[in-house]
Amino acid sequence: MSDAELLTLSAILAAMVRAATPLVFAALGELVTERAGVLNLGIEGMMLIGAVAAFAVAHADGGILLSIAAGAAAGMAIAALFAVLALGLRANQVACGLALSLFGVGLSAFLGKGLIGTPIEALPALPLPGLSRIPVIGKALFDHDILVYLSVLAAPAIHLFLFRSRAGLILRAVGENHDAAHAIGYAVLRVRLLAVLFGGAMAGLGGAYLSLTYTPMWVENMAAGRGWIALALVVFATWRPARALLGAYLFGGVTILQLHAQNWGVGVPSQILAMLPYVATIVVLVAISRDESKIKLNAPACLGKVFHSGR
Amino acid sequence: MKILRRTGLALALALTAGLWGAGGARADEPLKVGFVYVGPIGDHGYSYQHNQGRLAVEKHFGDKVKTTYVENVPEGADAERVIRQLATSGHQLIFTTSFGFMNPTVKVAKQFPKVKFEHATGYRRAPNLAIYTARFYEGRYAAGVAAARMSKTHRLGYIASFPIPEVVRGVNAFLLGARSVDPKAEVRVVWVNSWFDPGKEREAAEALMAQGVDVLAQHTDSAAPVQAAEEKGVWAIGQSSDMSRFGPKSHLTAIVNDWSGYYISRVQAAMDGTWTSTDTWKGFDAGMVHLAPFNPAMPAAVKADVLKVVAAITEKKLHPFTGPIKDQSGKERVAAGQTLSDAELLKMNWFVEGVVGSVPH
Amino acid sequence: MRLEARLEPSRAMMVAAPLLAVAATLAAGGLLFAALGFDPLAALFTFFVSPLGDLTGVSEWLLKATPLALIAIGLALGFRGNVWNIGAEGQLTMGAVAAGGTALALYEASGFWVLPLVLTAGVLGGAAYAALPAVLRTRFHANEILTSLMLNYVAILVLAWLVHGPWRSPEGYNFPETRMFTDAALLPALIEGTRLHVGALFVPVVALVVWAVLSRSFLGFQIKVIGLTPAAGSYAGFSPNRVIWFSLLVGGGLAGLAGAMEVCGPIGQLVPSVSPGYGYTAIIAAFLGRSHPLGIVLAALLLALTYLGGDAAQIALAVPLAVIQVFQGMILFFLLAADVLIRYRVRFSARVQTGGTR
Repeated sequence: MSDAELLTLSAILAAMVRAATPLVFAALGELVTERAGVLNLGIEGMMLIGAVAAFAVAHADGGILLSIAAGAAAGMAIAALFAVLALGLRANQVACGLALSLFGVGLSAFLGKGLIGTPIEALPALPLPGLSRIPVIGKALFDHDILVYLSVLAAPAIHLFLFRSRAGLILRAVGENHDAAHAIGYAVLRVRLLAVLFGGAMAGLGGAYLSLTYTPMWVENMAAGRGWIALALVVFATWRPARALLGAYLFGGVTILQLHAQNWGVGVPSQILAMLPYVATIVVLVAISRDESKIKLNAPACLGKVFHSGR
Repeated sequence: MKILRRTGLALALALTAGLWGAGGARADEPLKVGFVYVGPIGDHGYSYQHNQGRLAVEKHFGDKVKTTYVENVPEGADAERVIRQLATSGHQLIFTTSFGFMNPTVKVAKQFPKVKFEHATGYRRAPNLAIYTARFYEGRYAAGVAAARMSKTHRLGYIASFPIPEVVRGVNAFLLGARSVDPKAEVRVVWVNSWFDPGKEREAAEALMAQGVDVLAQHTDSAAPVQAAEEKGVWAIGQSSDMSRFGPKSHLTAIVNDWSGYYISRVQAAMDGTWTSTDTWKGFDAGMVHLAPFNPAMPAAVKADVLKVVAAITEKKLHPFTGPIKDQSGKERVAAGQTLSDAELLKMNWFVEGVVGSVPH
Repeated sequence: MRLEARLEPSRAMMVAAPLLAVAATLAAGGLLFAALGFDPLAALFTFFVSPLGDLTGVSEWLLKATPLALIAIGLALGFRGNVWNIGAEGQLTMGAVAAGGTALALYEASGFWVLPLVLTAGVLGGAAYAALPAVLRTRFHANEILTSLMLNYVAILVLAWLVHGPWRSPEGYNFPETRMFTDAALLPALIEGTRLHVGALFVPVVALVVWAVLSRSFLGFQIKVIGLTPAAGSYAGFSPNRVIWFSLLVGGGLAGLAGAMEVCGPIGQLVPSVSPGYGYTAIIAAFLGRSHPLGIVLAALLLALTYLGGDAAQIALAVPLAVIQVFQGMILFFLLAADVLIRYRVRFSARVQTGGTR
């Protein structure tokens, strides 16, 4: 490979990481929520609320950490609304999630009216000492802002939590069989509430990444459907954190590649190339789903089901 | 009750809607003007600029007008309903601001002969339906001159939304402007298949920069490409509005859509009773398109050259699509000394030689 | 305060709960509008009543509810059987593509048979597109939430490619649109002078048929059993794959019909955006109507009214769209929350009584 080609490769990898980061956050959050047995389709709404809140704080010179925290807190707050309805009042989760998305789009647009057209400084890049000097991959993987590193670290952290900690075991038990978990004495609704709030915070972080770093501005509806992709990635990941990370990178990577491919002279219409990320995700899912037993073991058995303890 | 009375009146008016229109308004009542936008006004792009035009109308006429807008109207079955609702609720002049509203506007205009309609970027007219758009390609040609003068790699990037004639024309004008000062210039096009998705626009910008592009132009709504250019230290050309705030170091200029003058003149005509169904396609000359202030880092000689081009186009001494022009396959499309007619420009669906990318057929 | 599950859903509450939700919506909506400086009574009146003030308004209302109801009835079949078809938007789009392609192929033809053929093509297009997730699920165990959702994006790109490229109107100055369909391929008006077309009659017919299938047929019983307890279903010898195929094909077919009726009805040609998200809104309608055909029709009518009301509030009172979306979200929250009263009893007791000891 020539130097120019290596540079292009490095740029593609770096762009892939950035494109994937909001998806990583949102998908990992939803993954934990679903592992506890709750299906929250309001990711898009939570991302937008997170984006506008983080931007508002950054715009008011609130500082990096406070802006990020605001995004997470706002996502969590609106997830709490979902929890009141879906857990407290046992309303239908799917419909509540969709309503939350609609509500979040409107509310974020309303809150952000005064923020349109005002730029902010993007989060600074923090090159990792040593690693960022490695040819090609150094610049691509180790020269990003704090949120990118956080998203990558979140995957193993969530994995350890889910599969190596007692709390994670309880969370999974609640998602697998809430009646049994209740019988043993676990507070099913409290566990689910915490999982929903965590999912909201992560979606909020995904939104914060969009408005603070990826495209440091606020415009209405800037999540542009990423919440839905995140939802699909949880399924793609068969509810495993590492696979969610890989899935987001695959999706982000193919998205970037198809943009490059338009100028390789392949003679395929751009609309057909634009289908590639979606088709690739389906194809890979089919490939990993062929072993039926593995899939069945991963999907939380109580996903989307209402729990009531009253006998 | 005030509300009930008002609604009772509205009902009576709606029932006789076919007969009722501009003629029914009394002279001392404000003229009601309606606007239909395809995006949210918070897109800070295309719909935002139309809304700026509406605000200019309000400012200019004060309480002699009452304006209404409906934002984010889908370009499907819903548009016709919204346009009709504006017509039945006493709006005498209605602007529908996106191509996808063309056929719905034609249908409603037929049912409300006394209401005046104006449709942007389409081609179907009627006695009470005028059409208007701006010669954005004039701005893009001039921007192409600026871009090529500033480029070191001879590679210019273009983030494009959808392969419609308006966008294709813009790409070509940009290339022709660039080639007029640098015969080696080429324009690389990336389609994002969206008018508005900041993330995707940024990704396209990065893809182009990775291919060695050192000036970015765009025909999408958000300022994300300008920000990406600022970060990487390449030049950018904004779209729809002055985007220099998003890239103070990188923003060379922007092609600004300015509807204020047109909207004010049409509202005035409707008030005076001089409104007729017209076909308006104006550019620099009418101020519908202009360039945003140049970046201070641009050398004075470049600024002067670009301004010369702007002046020449304004005075009709220069037509951006003057031959010889070859298409991508090398076939001559415009002979030397000839210019493309408006009809040919309107339906342009081929790229000029020097554009890297393809238009689907 | 705590919730106590009822043994049987309360009949009284089935009527009372939605009314309560409406009352709460009016109260909260009034407060919201008042807080933002709008006359609350005028705003609520404009939102809920003014759109239906005349025949045109009512016809537009039914026109808007038609695709929502058709799609939601189909989706509900699947949701009852635990088949998560999120792909109605794509199935609608492919139905529109198939119908539109047929209408364009028969551009020179005339005769009564053209329209039925075009609509049938729409149904088949939607069903065929839904067959993809069905194959992937039954043969490869690929989860239909992902496959059907991703196929939505693909379908919209297929439509975009066709109208920007091969199917572009030769008279349309290369703009992204096909020719307008001929009268033979267009749905006749149900009420002269309005856009409401005869296709709206499919809604009561389909609702009745689906209701009959669900409540009276063995297939309906199978769907229910497999939906409630998959294990019991397979133990009883019911085939989960059959339920998957059936619900996806019927759901896709109905979504395809809805798409065909949009392009052969109010739109009259293929354009890049055929649906303003009906496939997603219909999911809400399906659950709001508690997966019951009659409930779904009512839910579709309500959702359609919130769209018309939103337009009216923007036009008459200059309420920003963002506020309208917040209000639409609130309406749904109240309706969904009120459902709790049907299945649960609310007990206000600080402490549980513990026999006679004091």
